[in-house]
Amino acid sequence: MQAVLEHSPPAGATVQTAKRTGFLLLSPSVLILLVWSIVPLVMTLWYSVQNYNLVDPTLHGFAGIDNYWYLLTDPDFLHALLNTLVLVAGVLLISIGGGTLLAVLYDQEFFGRGIARIMVISPFFIMPTVSALLWKNLMLHPIYGVYSAMMRAVGLTPIDWLARFPLMTVMMIVAWEWLPFAVLILLTAVQSLDGEQREAARMDGAGPIARFRYIILPHLGRAISVVVMIETIYLLTIFAEISVTTAGGPGVASTNLAYLIYSRALLQFDVGGASAGGVVAIVIANIVAIFLVRAVARNLEA
Amino acid sequence: MALKTKTSTQIGVTILGWGIALWLFFPIFWMILTSFKSEVQAISTPPKLFFMPTLSSYAEVFERANYWHFALNTVIVSVGATAVAIALAVPAAYSMAFMPSKRTRGTLLWMLSTRMLPPVGVLVPIYILARNTHLLDTCTGLAIVDMLTNLPIIVWMLYTFFREVPAPILEAGRMDGATRWQEMTMVLLPLALPGIASTALLSLILCWNEAFWSLNLTSSHAAPLTAFIASFSSPEGLFFGKLSAASTLAVAPILVFGWISQKQLVRGLTFGAVK
Repeated sequence: MQAVLEHSPPAGATVQTAKRTGFLLLSPSVLILLVWSIVPLVMTLWYSVQNYNLVDPTLHGFAGIDNYWYLLTDPDFLHALLNTLVLVAGVLLISIGGGTLLAVLYDQEFFGRGIARIMVISPFFIMPTVSALLWKNLMLHPIYGVYSAMMRAVGLTPIDWLARFPLMTVMMIVAWEWLPFAVLILLTAVQSLDGEQREAARMDGAGPIARFRYIILPHLGRAISVVVMIETIYLLTIFAEISVTTAGGPGVASTNLAYLIYSRALLQFDVGGASAGGVVAIVIANIVAIFLVRAVARNLEA
Repeated sequence: MALKTKTSTQIGVTILGWGIALWLFFPIFWMILTSFKSEVQAISTPPKLFFMPTLSSYAEVFERANYWHFALNTVIVSVGATAVAIALAVPAAYSMAFMPSKRTRGTLLWMLSTRMLPPVGVLVPIYILARNTHLLDTCTGLAIVDMLTNLPIIVWMLYTFFREVPAPILEAGRMDGATRWQEMTMVLLPLALPGIASTALLSLILCWNEAFWSLNLTSSHAAPLTAFIASFSSPEGLFFGKLSAASTLAVAPILVFGWISQKQLVRGLTFGAVK
């Protein structure tokens, strides 16, 4: 049946059929994503203007902008927003900067390179809850942690990293997880670079820094876009690492937007307030997305 | 002279390459090492590198929690979500790559933008929807959510892979009387297999490690390994041996899987997305 339909129809009909087939093939994905993105959004919007607290059923009805007002005037909110941006920017900087340097390093021939590469990439396979527990207890614990032992060994006083520098420490843990991903992608890109081109540059007397600056770096544009795109999606919503290590504390020192909303919704049972936070988080994500998509889309289309 | 600088650079690169690799891998190595210690050895100061290995921590973990139950849930959810997402994404990416319209680019960017939606922003409605449809704490429910969150990235990756396949090859197939279905399954899929494989691998890894929805949408019945490990976190904080054994058990399958498939992952990525 299909074969008959497709078998050399008149030219105009071919275009029509192709269009319809294209639409039919695309529509399942588009439809479910449409439902997935709109239904919860509308529900969130609805709850966000309601008085809805699970532990206080007497309080209900239309709240207007109260939930938003309460949230936006809360100093914790501003703090959480800032923390979110610091986390995203910090981890992106570390993984792109470090990832580029490591990609060039692991592109060099050396003894046991294959095994070294696998070791570098490994943290990406570790689930967030495990890496958070690992760093919190085995590595950074002020008494029993390996890093503390090393500091004592060289005569320093161990630091309680998660208590003293909560946000920075969470950032390092998250960067440890995502740097390998950047290395994986960037290394792939470096290796796809034409060997002859690099050889020619070397012959022409370009030093390693000039070769990196003028040959390798321009080639990495698209790969960097891929890393920024995928990592930002995940970094905007860091949750498990904070939940396991600091629970957002001390105070709100390491609370990001995701964790703030979570603590409102599930710990204080304030569905209305949490939904307002959700709407704000969505708005912020979209602002970031617009900038990001603008910057990255050009590279992705290349 | 030239030879000498070359050798010293070589030595420098080797030392640096191994130094950084060992440093980044150290926490994983230490976790595995600690899992074979007794609780007393695990918290000895200074930390012990050499000791009599014991399986007591593993024995206690298996006694306390049904590891296989959690592991099976994780496998079901990751494989299920990935398979359905790939099945939905292949036709979509095929349509975008070979039958592009004015709206293709916009559709793709819109799809990716749905992924920017912070899960926490829709946690409450999804939780309520899942509860009302009896999908709360089921593998199906979690797999659906994982599938939907990964679908945009999968469509986009497959799209970049498919675009690398020259259209004339597909057209030649059509000339020979192949239907769209045959064209997709018999011409395109074999050609794009490395790309599809590495997309599936990435999706499996992301699903396996997904924590937010796993922790919030499951409690006991469908709880995956991320929840298994979270249950060892708070009260057992200082039982480093048990903690390490449970962590090792939770990450071992995907870590080994990642090591084995690492070459495939890279080959697929070279083929498309980051070329």
